[in-house]
Amino acid sequence: MVEFALPKNSRVQSGKTWPAKPGAKRPKKFQIYRYDPDSGSNPRIDTYEIDLADCGPMVLDALIKIKSEVDSTLTFRRSCREGVCGSCAMNMGGHNGLACIKAIEDVPGEAVTIYPLPHMDVIKDLVTDFEPFWAQYESISPWLQTRSPVPEKEYRQSPEERARLDGLWECILCACCSTSCPSYWWNGDRYLGPAVLLQSYRWIVDSRDEATGERLDELEDPFKLYRCHTIMNCTNTCPKGLNPAKAIAEIKKKIVERNL
Amino acid sequence: MARQAARPLSPHLQIYRWYLTMATSIAHRITGVALVLGLLLLTWWLTALARGPDSFAIVRAVTDNILGGLVLFGFTFAIFYHLVNGIRHLVWDAGVGLDKETAEQASYLVIGVAGGLTILTWLLVLIFG
Repeated sequence: MVEFALPKNSRVQSGKTWPAKPGAKRPKKFQIYRYDPDSGSNPRIDTYEIDLADCGPMVLDALIKIKSEVDSTLTFRRSCREGVCGSCAMNMGGHNGLACIKAIEDVPGEAVTIYPLPHMDVIKDLVTDFEPFWAQYESISPWLQTRSPVPEKEYRQSPEERARLDGLWECILCACCSTSCPSYWWNGDRYLGPAVLLQSYRWIVDSRDEATGERLDELEDPFKLYRCHTIMNCTNTCPKGLNPAKAIAEIKKKIVERNL
Repeated sequence: MARQAARPLSPHLQIYRWYLTMATSIAHRITGVALVLGLLLLTWWLTALARGPDSFAIVRAVTDNILGGLVLFGFTFAIFYHLVNGIRHLVWDAGVGLDKETAEQASYLVIGVAGGLTILTWLLVLIFG
């Protein structure tokens, strides 16, 4: 349901400031969303001044620096630090992306603002609850389904058939796209969202998969698929340069084509 | 201290930096609603016309001023914007024009064409009306 304002317990308050160390050559402000589930109080924005002359180039470098040198309570997910695991997805400078491959200097604005992925339940600081997202992913049966007898060797695929998966298999399920989508904000309980729909399309166009009909049946629903209104935030924000909006349009086309 | 019963919801509309496509999308919805409301005005205009000179004089009194003119101008823009952006949606439904760059450029095109048609219409009205 459309609800523009945040619930009472979610309204953000102002927080603490950690000034730059004396003698900092290139101080830069980082305004970071903090929420401590044990405090009983609302989320707040803390400000950390970091010397960029003594910090790696990426937003994740700054976060790790803050955690190890300034405030060890700052909580965030990270793992691969090279844009393949999707753990450090967050909102930086108003757009979603991966902190590990987002350069600090590319974040617009006076200060670097960092929030958790939008419209998610916050567990702590920048860590959000992904359970509903994973449940939706599971609901599209993201695995190869076949009916015909298993071939003696491998399932064969022509180079052209394989090429259809390009731009789809690269998705790392970081949820940047889904949580950038206003339609997903308002109807995330029933609309599957761009990430899960792109994943679904990845199996629909796989030449080896034999459950295409059932997959389209599942999606042919006013909410699961058709809450996409081509707002294009997904494609604009994808840190891997993929195009969920296009994948969703292709699913819609496939449903029209089979009904002709 | 006590834990909160429910987890907070992370900020969304409050913090998201707008893309042009996001703005043109919500504008499509807003102009759609404006058209429905405008249709009520149009119905009023038509029924007043059918009822005779006295009724129609009231409509003229309400619309023949700057405020009424602005509403009509806005209604004209809503028609053209919804029309032009609607055509863009048809193109999108064919799977065309969905890459980032094209979508951005097409947004400018939609705004430009809708604005141009609105101004052209009003120029024609002012010249021949």
